[in-house]
Amino acid sequence: MTATTPETDAGRQDGRAPVLSARGLVKTFGRVVGLDGVDFDLYPGEVLAIIGDNGAGKSTLIKAATGAIVPDAGEVRLDGEVVSFKRPQDAREAGIETVYQTLAVAPALDIAANMFLGREMRRSGPLGSVFRMLDHKGMRESAGKSMADLGIGTLQNMAQPVETLSGGQRQAVAVARAAAFATKLIVLDEPTAALGVKETNQVLQMIERVRDSGLPVILISHNMPNVFEVADRIHIQRLGRCAGIITPKTHTPSEAVAIMTGATTLQDTPGSVRG
Amino acid sequence: MSTTSPATPGAETPAPPANTAAEQFAKRRRSPAQRVQHVLHAYPAISPLLVLVVSFLVFTYLNPNFGTLRTQSLILQQVAVVAALAVGQTLIILTAGIDLSVGAIAILAMLFSAKLSADGGLPGPLAVLVGIAVGTAAGAINGLLVTRLRLPPFIVTLGTLSVFTAMALLYSGGQSVQAGAMPDLMVWTGEIVNLGGLRITTGVFMVVLLYVVIGFVLKQTTWGRHLYAVGNDAESARLVGISVNRVLLSVYTIAGLIYGITAWILIGRAGAASPNAAADANLESITAVVIGGTSLFGGRGALLGTLLGALIVGYFRTGLSLAGVDDQWRVLSIGLLVIIAVSIDQWIRKVRA
Repeated sequence: MTATTPETDAGRQDGRAPVLSARGLVKTFGRVVGLDGVDFDLYPGEVLAIIGDNGAGKSTLIKAATGAIVPDAGEVRLDGEVVSFKRPQDAREAGIETVYQTLAVAPALDIAANMFLGREMRRSGPLGSVFRMLDHKGMRESAGKSMADLGIGTLQNMAQPVETLSGGQRQAVAVARAAAFATKLIVLDEPTAALGVKETNQVLQMIERVRDSGLPVILISHNMPNVFEVADRIHIQRLGRCAGIITPKTHTPSEAVAIMTGATTLQDTPGSVRG
Repeated sequence: MSTTSPATPGAETPAPPANTAAEQFAKRRRSPAQRVQHVLHAYPAISPLLVLVVSFLVFTYLNPNFGTLRTQSLILQQVAVVAALAVGQTLIILTAGIDLSVGAIAILAMLFSAKLSADGGLPGPLAVLVGIAVGTAAGAINGLLVTRLRLPPFIVTLGTLSVFTAMALLYSGGQSVQAGAMPDLMVWTGEIVNLGGLRITTGVFMVVLLYVVIGFVLKQTTWGRHLYAVGNDAESARLVGISVNRVLLSVYTIAGLIYGITAWILIGRAGAASPNAAADANLESITAVVIGGTSLFGGRGALLGTLLGALIVGYFRTGLSLAGVDDQWRVLSIGLLVIIAVSIDQWIRKVRA
């Protein structure tokens, strides 16, 4: 407990309210139990990583919290208010942006078009309201600014089709889009899974920038080194339940893996920060 | 742009030196073929434009009559109907769909408006509107089958091709309606306008207008943008909050509306409403779209290419016939063009950073 980051500790000890919290989430798929009564909290200004083996319920947890699936039981609160998202759009309208593993980009469209996909800026006056004309210039400028805010200086031409970008650059576009529109938090699903070493580091830096700009981040990842580099707290899912919440300061990656795989439990592991 | 300059190898990116083999591979210089690939990727209308210009020069060389305004006017009149249908076809192919029922819808719409005005005494403006309404409704039926029953567009329109064709024949009893029996407005689209030697019909003007309006809508409005997004990746479009089914339904419906307008142009062009008028139009409209560089896989292409594609088909028909070549050479060469166009599309879709 001695070496936890001030931010995390402050978030937890002075009773600051979580941005997003869930209590007793249950989701079953026929006989398969996806979530078996999961509690979950995201505090302001933190990067919360969710780790777990395949089928441990990390994706289900996030989907249940962001409207991609509707939980069978349990409640989700956003800024203390109970919310029931029926579809991803509901969560998005409430200020939660998700960067999907597939990135949800249209490859042949350019960066600016993808940044504003589904939320296009329209021309002012009747050209926009009646003829629904796009404000190409406004979107390019705004897209360029969003990319610059995240320190992505290598992409200058917002008219470049996304399919001509590298994997990391595409990821950058998707993260910049989420950061530009989110007002509460952003969720990143395996953002580094398909990336090389250098690009992974760039994405991790972006995640830190997003957090430092005031948006809390939920990071779903398999990659233990990445998680320990960037997360403030780590929520471990195992067999549809939360097996514990640790921090990179109190636990080692191998301890995290041990809890994740059931080789040990949080109670048996020194440095427990939960109980 | 991240285009690399061959004069300064290794200086193309300001980023630190590559530290993995893959990154070094990514920083390799582009070969000439790759540069061509990138240019075609950015401007897919270049290849059909090139084909059009070269075929114009070759056909004029083979027979100087080809280059005359008179011949060019005739070609424009000939391609007008297919070019108009290809507008709707382009919209549908951009969503990664296909419409095999284009010609059938146009014929159905044409026969309804022709017979109602000739036999039913419907005034010209109303008859034209009925034709457009029939086309729109037929398009909407395609759209509903694609979105509600989630059937592949190929199957839906293969079915409605037969259904609409049979309906048209049953309704008309297989009989044509001659121009004289219809109000003047119905054949107004066949009226010649003389533009300083270029004799084109009002129907051709309407086709040009169609291209301008739909081309504008595709590039400048949210609807056009969403249409491209759906064609690119429907799942991504859904995730960003675009109502994919609504976009698809609107695309098929608007395509139907365009076919309804084309029915009017077709009456003027043929000088009659015949159930056999646009028999080849189904495949020719797809040919025009594909030669024009629009990808059959959706999300990629532009209306300008389709216009060039329709003109290329017209150039080959008239050009080869003026050159005194057997018509089967036209069929053969158009077939080759389609295969080449799709190969080029496959190639430029593989473009990478």
